[in-house]
Amino acid sequence: MSLYDSRRRTNTLATGLAWGAALFGLSWLLLILGSLAYEGLRGLSPSVFTQTTPPPGSVGGLMNAIAGSLVMTVIGVALGAPLGLLAGTYLAEYGRYTKLATVVRFINDILLSAPSIVIGLFVYEVMVRPMGHFSAISGALALGLLVVPVVLRTTEDMLLLVPSSMREAASALGAPRAMVIGQIAYRAARAGLVTGVLLAIARVSGETAPLLFTALNNQFWSSDLNAPMASLPVVIFQFALSPYKDWQQLAWTGALLITVTVLTLSIIARAFSAGRRN
Amino acid sequence: MADVLMSAAQSGPTYLSRSRALARIALIDVVFHNLTRLSAIAVLVILGGVIVSLIHGAQPAIKAFGFGFLTAQSWNPVTENFGAGPAVYGTLVTSFVAMLIAVPIGLGVATFLTELCPHVLRRPIGIAIELLAGIPSIIYGIWGLFVFAPFVQTYIQPAMIAAFKGVPVLSALFAGPPYGIGMLTAGFILAIMILPFIASISRDVFETVPPVLKEAATGLGCTTWEMMRYVVLPYTRVGVVGGVMLALGRALGETMAVTFVIGNAHKISPSLFAPGTTISATIANEFTEAVGDIYTSALIELGLILFFITFIVLSIARYLLMRIEQKSA
Repeated sequence: MSLYDSRRRTNTLATGLAWGAALFGLSWLLLILGSLAYEGLRGLSPSVFTQTTPPPGSVGGLMNAIAGSLVMTVIGVALGAPLGLLAGTYLAEYGRYTKLATVVRFINDILLSAPSIVIGLFVYEVMVRPMGHFSAISGALALGLLVVPVVLRTTEDMLLLVPSSMREAASALGAPRAMVIGQIAYRAARAGLVTGVLLAIARVSGETAPLLFTALNNQFWSSDLNAPMASLPVVIFQFALSPYKDWQQLAWTGALLITVTVLTLSIIARAFSAGRRN
Repeated sequence: MADVLMSAAQSGPTYLSRSRALARIALIDVVFHNLTRLSAIAVLVILGGVIVSLIHGAQPAIKAFGFGFLTAQSWNPVTENFGAGPAVYGTLVTSFVAMLIAVPIGLGVATFLTELCPHVLRRPIGIAIELLAGIPSIIYGIWGLFVFAPFVQTYIQPAMIAAFKGVPVLSALFAGPPYGIGMLTAGFILAIMILPFIASISRDVFETVPPVLKEAATGLGCTTWEMMRYVVLPYTRVGVVGGVMLALGRALGETMAVTFVIGNAHKISPSLFAPGTTISATIANEFTEAVGDIYTSALIELGLILFFITFIVLSIARYLLMRIEQKSA
């Protein structure tokens, strides 16, 4: 009888701990989102979107940082997404079982979780140093390099979900490989391909480390791609570590904006891919 | 296909334009094939480029300090004498603290999600955890700096210092003035950050266990705990280790969540309450202010070391996860 009791006790203890772990984990995460919403909303006003980053002690907003983030993200995705899309196509369609595909798959998975600050150092070495100055375009390149692995991975996964009978039917009608991919596989996987790009945007829109020494920062409005440009994450980094209360408030508000953007993008991406699976 | 040939056929002598259209299609096919292959090769070029450029950028520092750089403890921009010791130490210690906290809790959450959670809540909680894994690390950093560190400073650290006073090892580990920021705080923030990773990967891995195995265990009268311990964990061991290594790779290279709360002090201190630094925090804090070739180069060599460590950890992780994917396929 005591054996049963001790087994039951162990089980109660273990399941209790699992419940506890779940509650513990979720409550920290809720706590973070809660204080983010509380602190961020306090500073949210129209001026955040209409004024540029202020000197300490005066009123201002985050307009230049938001615009900079948008510009660099758009260029980064425009650079990285096509490359990831084509490479993912090779992995799923042309070279599915080749050695090259196996190696690329492995390397890509490593790049997917490699420290982003190292990508920043790489772009500094190949672009910022030869050019002699920081620039928005090198920041966009750094973001682009982070987009590639995300898009590649999703593209491959989504193309693999397309039934091969569809490809075979197209081939049987005499369509060459490129047309099978372009007209059949891409169309069937369209929602999934969009998901990959959305996930990539979500990933890079909060990236700080690769921008620190590529795009640097800019206190003023700038649309020059060849000059330093502000971005939301870098401004948050700088303002949060400053001793000024109003800068810290702007940092919280910026953090809230980024989080909302990232969560919205992830939810849309999820809805897209869910629609695909049903 | 047919309509391309058809339209070609309508506009001229049939035989010639048909072969011309076919040749054009064949050309498109070859071009597209090679374009995709080049893109795939470009991924390898990116990795090669990262390694080569980091080694090249680190040359001056490698020449000046040799292998001693890895363990040397000085970090003096004025005399241009640099060593990676404190940064490497800080990186390893914060990641170790993070794993110590996040692995058991992450596995607990995964167990909860696969076995204990009411079915209605399973999907929402699962999705919530996956969404949280995507929140940028700077958010964790700013929260750690403004909310968590002051809390730790006022409540947790004084209590821990008082509690462990006089206990041999622990009093050294938890000693010193309560700054709030420091190695322990950084490790804890890291833990919260990688928790969703570990939880969602472990859950995916747990779900690869064939239901028959679990049903058999339950049929033999196993409790939930015994089923997890003797059926699910042995079956998924490789995958769980792979997931944990993947999270470790993230923790080692994480920049923003740590930089805010680590304190950026280049010294190795036995106390976990003391401020320290990590490789990525050092680079993020000092790179744009680095003056002179040696300083910049030393920071790039730090990046090289970080890349090397994470590359190995992530390679092992991917290899293990690949094995469990093959098993479940």
